[in-house]
Amino acid sequence: MGNASSMLTQYDIEEVQEHCGYLFSQQEIVSLYERFCQLDRSAKGFVSEDEFLSIPEFSTNPLSQRLLRMVDGLNFKDFVSFLSTFSARASLQQKIELIFKVHDIDGKGKVTFKDLVEVLRDLTGSSMSEQQREIIDHPGLKMEVEVPID
Amino acid sequence: MASSLYAPNLEDYLPTESDSPPQEPTTSLNLRDLLDISPVLTQAAGAIVDDSFTRCFKSNSPEPWNWNIYLFPLWCLGVVIRYGLLFPLRALTLLLGWLAFFAAFFPVHFLMKGKSKLKRKIERKLVEMMCSVFVASWTGVIKYHGPRPSSRPYQVFVANHTSMIDFIILEQMTAFAVIMQKHPGWVGFIQKTILESVGCIWFNRNDHNDREVVGRKLRDHVQHPDNNPLLIFPEGTCVNNQYTVMFKKGAFELGSAVCPIAIKYNKIFVDAFWNSKKQSFTKHLGRLMTSWAVVCDVWFLEPQYLREGETSIEFTERVRDIIAARAGLKKVPWDGYLKHNRPSPKHTEEKQRMFAESVLRRLEEN
Repeated sequence: MGNASSMLTQYDIEEVQEHCGYLFSQQEIVSLYERFCQLDRSAKGFVSEDEFLSIPEFSTNPLSQRLLRMVDGLNFKDFVSFLSTFSARASLQQKIELIFKVHDIDGKGKVTFKDLVEVLRDLTGSSMSEQQREIIDHPGLKMEVEVPID
Repeated sequence: MASSLYAPNLEDYLPTESDSPPQEPTTSLNLRDLLDISPVLTQAAGAIVDDSFTRCFKSNSPEPWNWNIYLFPLWCLGVVIRYGLLFPLRALTLLLGWLAFFAAFFPVHFLMKGKSKLKRKIERKLVEMMCSVFVASWTGVIKYHGPRPSSRPYQVFVANHTSMIDFIILEQMTAFAVIMQKHPGWVGFIQKTILESVGCIWFNRNDHNDREVVGRKLRDHVQHPDNNPLLIFPEGTCVNNQYTVMFKKGAFELGSAVCPIAIKYNKIFVDAFWNSKKQSFTKHLGRLMTSWAVVCDVWFLEPQYLREGETSIEFTERVRDIIAARAGLKKVPWDGYLKHNRPSPKHTEEKQRMFAESVLRRLEEN
C-alpha cells in the first residue's frame, strides 16, 4: 500500500482536523486514513455497508445495524468526524447526542418509549421476551439523569 | 504497518470496555443503565478503527529506504538488476525446468501402467525436482530445522499457511500428499494432473456436506502405509505470517500423531503473504521472482499426540500454541473462513444473551 500520507496532503489533513473539531491529532488522522483505505477495498472514496460488515468484531455487535445507518457511505472527512465522538477529548454533550441519534434512528427528533424498547430488543435479541422488555415502563425504575434534548 | 513506529496506537485513545461501570450489586436498576449503550457503541467504533481479524490479512509493505540522493541511484540499480537480469534468468530456469519435467512426467504417467511402485517413486522424485526448480526461480534460501518427515502411517503434518509457496517449499523436501481447495486456471490444471500423482484430496470451502466426505477421505489416507505423508494447513486460508487464525480441528481428529511444522518468512527480503483477494497467484509469483530472494525458516517439530482427557479442540489449540511460539506468530481467536463469509448470528446472540441475563438478574434483585 505504500506510504499512506503521500496520498493525503498537509492541507487535507488540516481540513479534516478542523472538520472534526481538532479532536484528533494529525498523526491520528494519518492512521485513520490508512485504516479507511484498508476498509475501502475498491478505492471508491467511501466504505460500503458490506465492507463494514466484513469486520467480524463489528458484525457481531448488537447495535451494528444502527451504527451502520450512520456510518455507511461516509467520505473520509465525515468518517473521522463520526469517530471523533468516541475520542476521550470529545465533550459529554457530543457523546450524548450520539447516543440520542442511535436511539432515534428514524430521526424524529425525540426518543419515545417505543425507541427505548427497540434498542433493548437489539441488545437482547431472543434472550428476553417482549413483556420483559416493556418492564422499563415500570414505575420502580428511577430516571436518574434528566437530559435536555434538543 | 509502515508507519507503526511513529503513529500512536489508536486504541489507546478510545475508552476501553474496562472504563464502563463495573457490575456493582446495586439494589435498583436505573433507567440510565439501560440508556447508556456507550460500552457497546465504543466496542463497535473500536472495531471500525482497528480489529484483530483484518490485521491478519494486511500485507506488509517494506519501509521505503531509497529516499535520499545516495541511496536512490543504488535502488534504481537494484531494480534494473532485479527486473532486467534476475527475472529473465529465473523465468528461463523455470521454463526449462517445466519443459524437462513435462518431458519426463507425461511419458511416465501415461505410458507406465497402473499404480506400480516404481512409477510412483519416479513421479514423486519428479515433483520434488520441480519444486526445487520453483524454489530456485525465486532464489529461495530455506533453512530446515529438525528431523526430516518420514513416511509412516497414522501421522499427519500441520503447518501455518502464508501462501501456496508453503506447499512448494515443503514439497521439495518430501513429497507430501496435500489437501487443497480447487483453484481455477493453470493452477487448477497442475492440481489435476500432477498433484494427483502424489496424492491429493480436494475440498470445496463453500460446500457444507463436503466436510464429512473429506473427513472420511483423510482417515482413509492416513491408514495406508503406501500413501505419502499427509500435509494439512488447518488455518484454511492464507494469513500474513504475523498472526495465526483458528485451526480447524479436522486434522486433529484422525487418531494419528500430529507433527507440527512452523514456517516463518524473513520480511526484509520479500513479503511472502499471498493476499488471494488482491492478487492472482501468477502476480504473486511475479513479485517473488523480481525480489532478491525468499528467505525462510522451516521447523519440523516434535510429533504430538492426543493426551488423556484432552478434547480435540484443546489438542488443536495446543498444537497451534506450539507452532505460533516457534514461528513468532500472534494468535487470534477468529475463524479464517470469515474472510469469505459473515460470522454466524450465534456470536451476536451470545452477546445479547449475556446482556439480557445481567439486566434480568438486576431486575430480580429489586
